[in-house]
Amino acid sequence: MSIKVEIGFRLNGVARRVSVPADLSALRMLREELGLTGTKYGCGEGECGACTIIVDGVTVNSCLMFAADCDGRDVVTIEGLAADKRGERLRDAFVQHGAVQCGFCTPGFVVQATHLLEKHPHASSAEIQRGIEGNLCRCTGYRKIVEAIADATPAAR
Amino acid sequence: MGATEQAAAQESLIGRRIPKMDAPDKASGRTRYIDDINVPGQLHAHILRSTQVHAKIRSIDTSAARALPGVHAVITARDVPWQRPIGVAKDHLPLKTDRVRSLRDEVAAVAADTPEIAAAAVKLIRVDYDPLPVVSDPHDALKPDAPLIHPEPHGDDGSPHLKPGAPVAFTGKPDNVAMTFDYAQGDVVAGEAESDMVVEDTFKLHYVTHCCMGVSGVIADFDPKGNLLLYSNTQVPFLHKREFAELLGIEPGRIRIIQPPIGGGFGSKLDIYPFEPIAIFLAQITRRPVKLVFTREEEFIASPTRQPVLLKLRSGCKRDGTLTFRTVETLHDNGAYTSWGATTPFVMMQTISSLYRVPHCQYHTKAVYTNNPYAGSFRGYGNLQATFAVEAHMDKLADAIGMDPLEFRLKNAQEPGEVTPQGMNFKTCGLKECLTTAARRSDYQRKRRENAARWNDGNPIRRGVGIAAMLHVGGGAKIYPSDGCGTILKIDDFAHVTLITGASEIGQGSETVLAQLVCEELGLPLSAVTVVNNDTDITPWDVGVHASRTTFIAGNSAIGAARQAKAKILAAAAQKSGLAGGELDLKGGHVVRTASNERVLELGKFIRSLHFSDKAQLVMTSFYYEPPSKHQDKQFRGDVSAAYAWASQVCEVEVDTDTGIARLLKVTGAHDVGRVLNRLGIEGQIEGGVVMGQGYALTENLLVEGGVTRNPNFRDYKLVTAPEIPEMDISFIETMDGEGPQGAKGVGEAPAICIAAAVANAIHNATGTRIYAAPFTPENVYRALHGAAEPPTWNAA
Repeated sequence: MSIKVEIGFRLNGVARRVSVPADLSALRMLREELGLTGTKYGCGEGECGACTIIVDGVTVNSCLMFAADCDGRDVVTIEGLAADKRGERLRDAFVQHGAVQCGFCTPGFVVQATHLLEKHPHASSAEIQRGIEGNLCRCTGYRKIVEAIADATPAAR
Repeated sequence: MGATEQAAAQESLIGRRIPKMDAPDKASGRTRYIDDINVPGQLHAHILRSTQVHAKIRSIDTSAARALPGVHAVITARDVPWQRPIGVAKDHLPLKTDRVRSLRDEVAAVAADTPEIAAAAVKLIRVDYDPLPVVSDPHDALKPDAPLIHPEPHGDDGSPHLKPGAPVAFTGKPDNVAMTFDYAQGDVVAGEAESDMVVEDTFKLHYVTHCCMGVSGVIADFDPKGNLLLYSNTQVPFLHKREFAELLGIEPGRIRIIQPPIGGGFGSKLDIYPFEPIAIFLAQITRRPVKLVFTREEEFIASPTRQPVLLKLRSGCKRDGTLTFRTVETLHDNGAYTSWGATTPFVMMQTISSLYRVPHCQYHTKAVYTNNPYAGSFRGYGNLQATFAVEAHMDKLADAIGMDPLEFRLKNAQEPGEVTPQGMNFKTCGLKECLTTAARRSDYQRKRRENAARWNDGNPIRRGVGIAAMLHVGGGAKIYPSDGCGTILKIDDFAHVTLITGASEIGQGSETVLAQLVCEELGLPLSAVTVVNNDTDITPWDVGVHASRTTFIAGNSAIGAARQAKAKILAAAAQKSGLAGGELDLKGGHVVRTASNERVLELGKFIRSLHFSDKAQLVMTSFYYEPPSKHQDKQFRGDVSAAYAWASQVCEVEVDTDTGIARLLKVTGAHDVGRVLNRLGIEGQIEGGVVMGQGYALTENLLVEGGVTRNPNFRDYKLVTAPEIPEMDISFIETMDGEGPQGAKGVGEAPAICIAAAVANAIHNATGTRIYAAPFTPENVYRALHGAAEPPTWNAA
């Protein structure tokens, strides 16, 4: 069994202290230690984007990040976004535009889209497509996801 | 109900853009998929798979694994002598006894306190193998001296069995032929004799796999009385209930299957795979709940694939463009075991015999055992492969007689009222309108002429357009004793409806469309319906989510239950109001006068008054819908579906002849869907299917070499990503099917079927080169364009 590390970070706006195995991924910490199952395991190697979270304002694949590296950082997950205005707007757009089918990839897309629109509030459709390139969806064919994100830009509101 | 909702409920819901009912939860991360569920006291299971493609198992040493702290059980075939073969041909023991036949094979399994301990324990198991010669090519598998994959019986243990006479064991196979299909109509020799033009080619279709974003998983939990609760991703809960019961030798009634929301299906979850019995065995042995979830690599290696097919096609036509005959032989790489992939010829032969009118037709198939991954069912079910070949020949024959490919197709296209020699009755058929609509909206004919005229202009960047059409079942598929679905509907004291349906939801949106159909009957807003659809202890029987059947079958079932409820309410309302039942209707949450929409009774209040009266009635109904389709006879003739779906798609590609990169620019599709019920949902099905077809045509390729899957990850197995999607122009041809719910037909599989065929035709239009083997990756296209491709050859006996 690996050694444990004591870490402290902000999780969805609230300070948390946890003790985690040194080799645990941020994904597994969120899902198994903290009960936040909205972040999904899709591949475990940073290829599908289902585990996307925001760390210090930047999206990362939480499967590739050590939990210990969350120490001192600001971490936002889908549960955090779902409870805040930005997430609500995107969630409603995903729902209204039919961007959700099986829904397994959806939290990752919503998190990535939040980040995308923060950095590029006026992103064009082509830019949105580039911006979600790292997230895989097997159901929708992406078009409705792109439309949903475009509809959540400030220009569309 | 608020005023806006009441107003909305006055209008028809059919054809509107209705957001998916479970989408808000899914987009908030609240939805709990199988991996998100944890049962108190659960153990975690991990499987040891073979490291050999084909070998005898000499010995398995599990002592070190058993000694690891935190390990509760280590099992091999010896520990579960009661196990029985599973799968379509019952040729697959969950835990292998004396032999492994492919790299995915399950040799042992561990249940432990944590997933880490389980994985660590698996690494401590020592297996001594005696390698056997590997058969990785179906041609080789058919040679007289080929090593046999299933030479001996397996699974015979004499344990008691539920169904007397049912196979408890697999008897073994004297050769490597897993399954054959032979179909004939007319006289192909006579057909060829009257042909002015005959073409023959061999086509090769590759391995792809489902890549559901949610990996496979199961939780098995026995209560002290031996009843099994299974959290399962199955697409066919009621069929699997029975299969698991047979496997365990217990009464099916003692098995309850709960389907948590499923992270993608696409046909992958139509069969039982060894991981499910293995989790069940571990739960039996440890008397603890056992959870087993795949890694992505495991998902790639140990999930079923679409069936790779080698297909020889010979077809002919007259000078005037009339098709005369078609002779088809296919060789299917079955892999080491038999799942639904082996039965895809059922669907392939429909396209071969009946997409266009062909008087003379012959079809022989063989599914052949190899040491490769085994093939299952996958959206389209053989139809992508069959359509690929048939539509290539439609272009080739048209070219050969100097006819426009669209005109050639229209000349041979089916029409409403046709009963084909195979027995399919096309009561509605929009094929011709699909073809002309897709062609017109894409400017197919002009672009095709202009592209072909540029073949020699020296520009390495070429454009091409290609057309293809498809036929698929659209009103269920009667392959089981029943193709039906049950519905239970209750309306509570506040006029809130609980719709309990047998239909399974895998992301396609069935819960929304069923709620919509019920609301349409009862004059209620969607917010007045809760759908219950995932628990075999509660839901009535359904055959499962497959064959594009759910909207049609479960939809008719839901409508039936809603109409009964409506009749019950209106009869009581007539009595109360003194009006005739025929003068009343349900609209906007009220009983209204049909003629004037004048509100007579508020529905919730009226239902309460029925409940709390002397008669004390609740409004609850049940309905079972069985489609008026027929089983095929032994010659594969019969009207297996209550309706048939049609489509045509035009693909426009750009090909860089210097690099071999082919890009899909635009897909113009026209789909005969009967009628659009939920516009948002049906667009989602079509767009998703188109992009899945794009992956099949251009990017996805599961590389299996010598039985080894070389690219079991998303880095090397290329799914289409957002920047690569084509422009999509989708038209709906509404033929208003008489049997369909509100006129609708099935659509789930249709959109994926034509793409590879249309892309192949488009690449030919762009370059003048026909490519006979998919996928059209840059390497394959480059080789084909520069004379370095080896065209597929047919040398099967």
